[in-house]
Parts: sequence; C-alpha cells; structure tokens
Amino acid sequence: MTEDGGPVRINGSPVALPDDPRVSLLDLLREQAGLHGTKKGCDQGACGACTVLVDGQRVLSCLALAVQYAGREVVTIEGLSEGDTPHPLQRAFVEHEGFQCGYCTPGQICSALGMMAEVERGVPSYVTADLGAATAGLDGDELRERMSGNLCRCGAYNGIADAVAETFAGRTR
Amino acid sequence: MSDAHDAKLVEEGAALARRPGRTTTPVPAVPENWAGVAHADPLSRGHRGYVGTPLARLDGPVKVRGRAPFAAEYGYDDLAYAALAYSTIPKGRMTGLDTAAAEASPGVVLVLTHRNAPRLNPQPGYDMSLRDPGIGFERLPVMQDDRVHWNGQPIALVLAETQEQADHAASLIHATYAAEPAVTSFAAALAAGTRPLEIFGRRIRVELGDAEQALAASAVSVDETYRTPPHHHNTIEPHAVTVAWHGDELRVHDSTQGVLHTAWTLGQILGIDPARIRVTSPFVGGGFGVKVLWQHHVLAAVASRTAGRPVRLALSREGVFRMTGGRPPAEQRVAVGADEDGRIRAIVHTGAYATTRHSPWPEPLSMASQNHYASDAFVLDTSMAYADLVQNCSMRTPGSTIGFFALESAVDELAGKLGMDPIELRLRNETATNPIGGKPFSSRHAAEAWRAGAERFGWSRRSPVPGSVRDGEWLAGMGCAMVSHHYQRRPGGAARIRLTADGRARAEVAAHEMGMGTATVQSQILADRLGLDIDRVSVGYGDSAMPGRFLAVGSSQSAGIGGALLAATRNLMDELLKLVRDGSPLAGLTLAEVGAVNGGLAALDDPSRHESYESVLARAGRAELVVEGSGEPPAEMANVSMFSFGAIFCEVRVSSVTGETRVSRILGSIDCGRVLNPRTAASQFRGGIVMGLGAALTEETVFDDRNGRIVNASLGDYHVPAHLDVPPIDLIWTDIPDPYAPAGARGIGELSSTGVAPAVANAIHNATGRRIRDLPITPEKLL
Amino acid sequence: MIPFTYARAGDEEDAVRLAGTAGSTYLGGGTNLVDLLRRTVERPSALVDVTGLSSSIEDSGGGLMIGAAARNTAVAEHRLVRTRYPVLSRAILAGASGQIRNMATVGGNLLQRTRCPYFYDVAGYRCNKRNPGEGCDAVGGPHRGHAILGASPACIAVHPSDMCVALAALDADVHLRGAGGSRLVPLTGLHRLPGTHPEIETVLAPGELITGVQLPAPVTGERSAYRKVRDRASYAFALVSVAALLGVQDGVVTSARLALGGVAPKPWRAYTAERSLIGGPATATAFRAAAEAELAAATPLRDNGFKVELAVRTITAVLDGLVREERA
Repeated sequence: MTEDGGPVRINGSPVALPDDPRVSLLDLLREQAGLHGTKKGCDQGACGACTVLVDGQRVLSCLALAVQYAGREVVTIEGLSEGDTPHPLQRAFVEHEGFQCGYCTPGQICSALGMMAEVERGVPSYVTADLGAATAGLDGDELRERMSGNLCRCGAYNGIADAVAETFAGRTR
Repeated sequence: MSDAHDAKLVEEGAALARRPGRTTTPVPAVPENWAGVAHADPLSRGHRGYVGTPLARLDGPVKVRGRAPFAAEYGYDDLAYAALAYSTIPKGRMTGLDTAAAEASPGVVLVLTHRNAPRLNPQPGYDMSLRDPGIGFERLPVMQDDRVHWNGQPIALVLAETQEQADHAASLIHATYAAEPAVTSFAAALAAGTRPLEIFGRRIRVELGDAEQALAASAVSVDETYRTPPHHHNTIEPHAVTVAWHGDELRVHDSTQGVLHTAWTLGQILGIDPARIRVTSPFVGGGFGVKVLWQHHVLAAVASRTAGRPVRLALSREGVFRMTGGRPPAEQRVAVGADEDGRIRAIVHTGAYATTRHSPWPEPLSMASQNHYASDAFVLDTSMAYADLVQNCSMRTPGSTIGFFALESAVDELAGKLGMDPIELRLRNETATNPIGGKPFSSRHAAEAWRAGAERFGWSRRSPVPGSVRDGEWLAGMGCAMVSHHYQRRPGGAARIRLTADGRARAEVAAHEMGMGTATVQSQILADRLGLDIDRVSVGYGDSAMPGRFLAVGSSQSAGIGGALLAATRNLMDELLKLVRDGSPLAGLTLAEVGAVNGGLAALDDPSRHESYESVLARAGRAELVVEGSGEPPAEMANVSMFSFGAIFCEVRVSSVTGETRVSRILGSIDCGRVLNPRTAASQFRGGIVMGLGAALTEETVFDDRNGRIVNASLGDYHVPAHLDVPPIDLIWTDIPDPYAPAGARGIGELSSTGVAPAVANAIHNATGRRIRDLPITPEKLL
Repeated sequence: MIPFTYARAGDEEDAVRLAGTAGSTYLGGGTNLVDLLRRTVERPSALVDVTGLSSSIEDSGGGLMIGAAARNTAVAEHRLVRTRYPVLSRAILAGASGQIRNMATVGGNLLQRTRCPYFYDVAGYRCNKRNPGEGCDAVGGPHRGHAILGASPACIAVHPSDMCVALAALDADVHLRGAGGSRLVPLTGLHRLPGTHPEIETVLAPGELITGVQLPAPVTGERSAYRKVRDRASYAFALVSVAALLGVQDGVVTSARLALGGVAPKPWRAYTAERSLIGGPATATAFRAAAEAELAAATPLRDNGFKVELAVRTITAVLDGLVREERA
C-alpha cells in the first residue's frame, strides 16, 4: 500500500478525506466541503452536471470515490473566479445565454475548460478527420462532439457553444 | 430574489446587461377594466424602453459561479438524509414489508412505512375549477395503507445520518406482495375500452358540420394513425426538498413551479393551516411541468416531524422515473380532406392516451386541430384509457407536442397527395377568425411568419421530390410544420411593490424562475412602468409568503405577473398622488393625467411638470410606500381568440446505410406578440425546439408491458438530445404587439416545441420518401 | 452501496496480495464500478485501487505495450496509437464522454459490465448474472438493444465497450497476473460467452489482475476504420459498431480483420466474414456477402432483429469506405 497524498486539495485548500470510502468526490464537495456549485444530476455518469477539474483534467465527480483523490488538486466552479472577477468563460456564458435554469451550468463550464486543455494538447475527437494530425480544433462538429458529455435539458446548447467558441477563439493550435 | 441571494452579484448582472436606457416619455397607468380593451396597455402601443431589449439575465452571475442555491443545497444542523424504496409490482397489496435490516443498519434514524406513518388527509390534487390552489397530479393516499397502485410507488422512506447510510439501508428493505391483475400496457388499456376526456367537467369533443361525410366527399384526403410514446421531462436537477419544522411551522426549500400551491396542498394533506407552511424556490433546475407536488414532499415533511429533525429528500434519477410521471403514450387518428385546390373541407382528429383511474389527468391531444385551419367540418375528441402505471402529468405543451405531430404530419401528407407545396397549402387555409366559435384572433400574423421563415430558410431550394437529394450515403431533405399555443392568463395574480425613499422599487410576486428569465423580464417591465433605471428596480419571487397565486405552467406566468404588476403600479401611482403636497409640480393632477418617467411622475401633457419619487416621499415624510395590486379576471379572452403562431423549418440528413438522422439546420419563425426580451425569448424558443428534437428522434420512456415498470430509468438509457444532436438554431419573429395582452406579449414557453417533431418527420419524408408515423424516429425505422 | 474497505495498491504484487481476500474487487477509474456499487449490483467488501500501477504506453518491438492503468484518453491521444492503430484511437473516442475517458482505465474498460437495464435493476428484475439460475427478464421484456450473436437463453446482454472492439480486431493480447504467476491471453479469449453461466464473464481466475494490453505490430498496407451507430449523435452506447482493418492489393482482399460491438455478449471478432473476404474481390457485393455470412448465425429476438440488417449494412459500408479511401 502506498501512503501518497494526504488530503485532497479543493480550490487550493486542503479538505480531509472522508472516513467512509463510499463518499463520492461529488458528495464530499456538496455535503462536507459546503461547495454546492458542483451539481448532482444523475449520480451515474450520464449527464455531466458534476464535472470538476482534477489536476486540470475534467472528470465526473459522481463516479469518483473521494478516497481515490488523495493529494490531487480539484478545481470546482467556485474556484474559477479571481476573487469577485468572473472567469472570461463565466462572463461569456451570461452574455451568450449559455443556460436557462443554471443547473447544468457549472458542469458545462468546467467541462469546457477541461476540453480546451485537451484541444490545446492536440487530443483528437471521434469526429476528427485526421487522427494523425498534431493539432486539434473546435471547428465543424468538434466543439459539440467534445461537449456532448454535458447534457442541458433547457436546450441552451447553442449559447454554450457560442460562449466557448468566443472565449477560446484563437486558442487552438 | 431569495434571502440567500447575493445582492452584489445581481448588481453586477445589471451592469453586464446591455442598457439602452430607460423610457423617456411618461408612461401612464393602465386603466382599470383594461382586460378586453384593445391597446389599453401603453406597453402594447409601440412603447420604447427596457421592454423589447436584450437585457442579459439578472440571475446569470450567480448561476455561472455556482452560487445559485437549489433545493437540495440548504444546510441545517442535525440534517438527516432520506432515501426511498419503491414497489416492484404494479398492483396489489404488500403482504410483508421487512424493514428490520434497514432499521439495524448503521446511521439509520427512522424507517417510515404505512405501518408507522401518521394519518394524513387525502391529497386534494390539482383543482381544475381553479377554486383551490391544489397542485399534485396524483391523488392517492401517501403511505397510508398496504396497497400498491403502480410499479415504482414509494413503499418506505429511510432517514439516516448520511446519504450513503440512507441509500444503503433503503436497499435492504424487502417487500412481499399479493399481486392483483393490472393493466400494464397501453395496448391493454386501449383494449379495455376508453372514456371521453373531460376538462372542467365537460367533454372537449368538438363537432362542426358532418366531418366524416365531408371527408368522404373530399377530392383528396389522408386518414392515418399516429403513435407517440411516453416521455419524461428529465430536468437535470432531480426533484428535491429540504424541510424543517420550527414548532408547528414548516419550512420547505423546494424546486417547484408553484410555491403557494405547494404550501396550500401540503397544508391540506398534513391538516395544518397553509399559512404556517413557507415554501421557497428561488431557483428551479428545470421544470417543464413536472416540478409540482409529488409524494416526496409529503414524505419528507412527515419524516421530519416524526424524527424531529430537518430532512433532505433528493430523489435519485431512478426515483424521478419511478415516482414522477411524464407525457403519456398516445394513439391518434387524423384525417384531413381537401378540394383539389387545397382548401380543407374536413378535419377529423381523435385519439386516446393512457392515464390512471385514480387520478385521470388530461392530455388533450385533439385540441391541436382546434384553432388553425379554416375547415368547414370538424370532429375533434380525446379519450382516456386507464392503466396501472405511474401517474401521467403535464409535459411542455400537453396535448400539443403529440397532437401537432399527428396533425402537421397529416397536412404534409395531404400536400404530397395534392402535389402542392406544404407552405402553400397552409397559406391557402389561413383564417382571420377561429374556425371553432368564430371569434376573431386578437392578433394573427401566421402568414407573415410562414413567408418570412420560408425566405430566410431558403425553402425555395427544397426539392419537392422525396429522396432526390443525395450527398454520398446521406439523403437530405427539408420539412416544415406549424407551431401554435394559446394565450393564457390565470386568475389570482397579485403583486406587492415597495417604493423606498431612495427611489428604488421592489416588486414581489409568488412566481417562479425555472430559467425562463422571469425576474429579468419583469424587472424590465417594472422599470418601464415606473420610469426607473433597471438597476433601481428588483423583482422578488419564489416565496409562498409573497402575493399572488401563480403557477409556472401553460406559458401563462408572464401574463399573470404582467396583469398583477400593472395593477400594482397603477395603485402605486394613485397612492403617490395622494402624497403629493401643494407646491409640487404634480399638485392637482389625477391618475389619468400622469405618467411615470425619469424616476418619478410627470404630467402627460407637460412632462416638465415632474417630481421624483424621492422627492414625493421626502416631502410626505415617508420612508417607503407599499402597495398591492391584483390582476383583473382574464376577460381579455372573452371576445377574441388569443393564440401565438409560427412555423418550424428544418433540414435533415439521413444515412441511407444506418438510418441515422442528423438535423443539420433548423429555423423557428415566430409570431408571439411583443418579444419582451429577445435574449431570454430566444433561449425559450431554442429550448423548446431542442426538446422537440428529442421527441422527434431519441426520446421514449420504455415501459415493460409485463409489469408496468420503466426499463430505461436513467439518463444513460433515456436519450435526451446531447450537444452534437443540436445544430445552430436560427430564429426570427414578427414582434407585433398583441393589443389585448399585458405589454403586448403572449406566452412563449411552450410555443416552439409544438411543431418540431412533425417538421423533422416531414423533412425525413422529403429526404427519404419514408413516412414515419410513430415516434421516436430511430434508425431501424429508416432501414 | 454496501460498506467496504479501501486500499491502494503500490505495485502489482501488492495488488494481487490485497485482492487475495474473499470479496475483494479491483478498482480502476471507477466509471463503471462506482455506478454498480451504488446500484448494489456489485457488493464487494473490499476495494483494491490499482490506478497507481503501470500506465505507461511504450513501443514493444514494433508493437505497443499499454499499462492497464493507462487512462482511455491517454491511449487515444498517444502518438503511437494514433499513427499505428488509429482504429483504436477512434474506438476509444467513440465511447462515453471526455470526462469518462479521462477517468476510465484500460483494465477497467476491458472488465466493464453490460449496461443491460435488467442487470442494473436489482429490486425489479431477475438476472442470471446477478443471481445465477434465477432467470433472465430481458428475454421477454423490451430488448431492442440486446444481443443477436453469441447470446444464450440465460443471458442476452451485450458487452458495452468500444475500445474492446478495436482491440479484438487488432489481435491484442492481455497480460494477467495472479497469485500463481503471470500469463497472456488473447483479447478475443478474455471474455466468455454466457452459455448457462452468464455470471462468469471472463477467463480471469479469482483475484487475477489485468496488468497490460499488448498490441502486435501493425500489418503493412492495412487501412482501418471504426464506425459506431447509435440512437444519439454522441454519448450513447452502440446499437452496432464495426472495427475493420483491410488490406487490398490489385482489387483483391489480402487481409481482413473485423470486429463488432453492440451485438454480442463480448467484443465479436467476425471470423466468418474475414474468411469470406480474404482472397476475394474488394467489392461492395463481396463485402455484403461476407457480412451476411457472419450474421447468418444471428438469433434475433422480438425487438432487436433490425440489428442484423444494420450490422450487415454498416460492415459493408465501412469496408467499402476503406476501399474508396485507398483509391482516393
């Protein structure tokens, strides 16, 4: 057995791991850390509302047992603003109506940030024509395919896509 | 908004907004007895101010930061977590209910079953007469006996210290049953016979002329059967409540479309004065008709009282499927007969859907054919078939989403038989008066919407020959369909306005924000009616302690709030004039002679006679002025027929290999009266279209006909549209104010979804030559 | 979830030792297991976290060695995978969502369990996987998504993986380690057909650990493709999926490797179709004949008969597409 990590770090602050290994990262956030911005939509990996960033990668916190994340750096929707200044993507979501009810929104935003990191790394998608290409982009179906793990029942998909595209215009390589 | 709301963020939202400036000409009060008088409301007369501008939503900043609190996010010391166990048979009695293991499980506080639940009053349910503010769809006793009425009924509630402990203990509950014969499929329900649907105690059957005879005599006709499956709303936020008793007062943090109704209904069931129940719901994570009172409200309140602790009951996604219903399955016959020149002579639209015997709930699908085409003869009727299934309920555009699928598919089929362009066929049957009843429409610009939409979409490029456009393996086609929805203003609306000495106004209404932009749009209206800057007004909502009897249903809430606010602003202006002192520029003016402008009142005929609200209150020595106003009875529908109209155009690509359909383009062309806020309105239209795409192509609640149990009770197996399913959605609108509606605006929440499924089906026919009459249009239907 | 203990394995030996206790289960990314725990389909008393084991992806004599703890995204984006085995990249990217691919491990993907809704509904239905011998409620219920090949009266569930379909076509081998030592099994031999024991899904011995997946060097001249047909444009399991590698010379098929997803209880290597293809003309007619030969063994039920024609068409189109690509 390894003893790496200690507590999980959430938005820069250490949070003790739960005694009960059944506690998901999502429930750790919501019920123990008091961070309700990350949402529970299905609790089974089928909607994306619980998306957070772990060491910069987007993951589903509902399918993550918190005890697996010792020593990892978790960023939630609450950790994206600099003080009271919202992240440009958060601002763009308001500007482009990237939501209605707002429940899937934190997951959409965190997912988009993780997605951009993937694109900047050159990770292809199912709709990428040339898998051998060293670069990736958001053109054509790319953005929508890459964001398809985040459901929005209010149907704000156009606004979400516009907000993401505008915020990250020119950031693909 | 809510007590938990962050005022700073709201201000920031206002700052983010595009602000074209407040109104610059005095806006008079809307006179009493306005309802039914054309152009009585100055905001319906070409007024320019905040109304009609694309203000960014005020709830935006809190939502994008994850700071908007939802029902399952209110904390209490000593909070206990609930989980439910559900029945596994459709009908019968529980002969045993083993709760011992659950009770012994770590952390368990309480196991509630019919054996130890306190006696409750019957659920009053929704009152069709609107006399009482009931809200539940299902009227069964809640955990009062050993009877099982559907497969998935809650049979036990477990309360524990943590959610993990509650969930685990609930999984240990085991019931044994004596099953009874049950009707567990729509087919069996139909076979057992149907009953006519009644609403307000009256059949909805419409008969005009001899439609069957006219049909038989028509030169060209279609007569087909259309089938649609059950659907679930699947709001991304599952239903949840957090409840706490303070003595004999109950606090409910809810996700609901009816705060007051929930408080009243809970009061009836629990046998306490509804005034002792406060329900708040500042944010609702999607509603679409399903965020009403279900058994979990009652169970949480009872468990909390029994255990003496605050309780959180958040349904699992499976739980949402098991115990809250959706749109029922339906089978419809639509027959349309026409002359050779396309003039419609007969419309027959009849059909049946499944509902429960104990709580029949209307899905008035035949009403879709009631108000549109200028036919000589009609037979329109809807029947119910009783089944022992989870209670059906209203889902975004009850009756219409499936009724329009049948009607607008049939009209497209008729166009094909006539060899006529489907838009031309519709234009030839336009009518200025409602074909049923003969009332003139308050404002009908459907033809303009059709023509503008066709132009913008490039309809002229559509090949009239099905299956003739191919791009590799993909067949392309275009289709269209009408959208329509009735205007509705429900009685009981009321509002309170508090004007304070700093010249700010706050309105309060017991209304709801499910994402429609309620507070944003009503703030725009309030600012214009009072001549205030947008950041000097606010609108509070989502609290049963606030005035008015509102339900966020039937695309009616904006009109309801509108009717209440215009009364309250009139009363405010009236009271202000009473405070005016000698020496004021306003001295001697009557209500009819003033208007609101520049942060105060002014004479209509001489705007230089102006006094600010601050000044009026200061001179009168008042710190604030609080008034209430009630909406007049909805008399505007008495002499005119009020509907919104429009058309959906779409282009699809269908794989000739796999039968997969991809919607590549879609346009909504809308005639809904005045558009109060183009940004939030566009979101509503797009949202309805996306839900329509789901109904067209992917969505179906799969019931197991053997036992009435839902098989695909998850978001993994029930396919709502994902990002890649949804192309950019283009929108245009006529923006012609309705002279009879508050602010000139008819409701828009449901309008756009009505015609999407037929537009897609019609486009698929154009692409492939295949006519699919049963939804969803999954790949195998096109192989 | 029933209560369980959690331990993190430091190395393979540690993992195998920890998992020696009865009731132990290996935990990878959790994307399937956590869901199954929550639904109480899986009821282990101890979880052994193996995400800390090898996740390396390295050249291995012209082939590739992938550590079992490699995340799906890491495999899909790896330069060697994208250039040597694009069919594997494409298959992984067809599965689940970006978030899930970031979490899911290769080992976990191989061992993911069926999404049959009857298997998941512990309270409501009988399932021979969960309770051997009690019966299968899927056979008589709505089963549009279920298997047409390799099923049995005891179980008609399909294997849900996309990645495994590509691995089956690529002749991958799976490295296993147990208390008794290490061994190698072909991926096509890893999963078992249900027969009368659908509860036994793989040839793994109790406590045996998947440590890696080995890919042989690519066959020169083969072109490949992965196509997934589903109810939604993205983020849905396959109705039918096809992984194909095809070599053609002078209009004649010289090599053909074909596997199907969404149709069988395991990733379905289409040997019959391959035999029909090799040495024959690279024409749509021959491709369709080969597909039909493979699907001749299909035993469709009331609701899933369309999968037969859908599979035939998709196979034909994918192979035809490869030939067109070659020409272009």
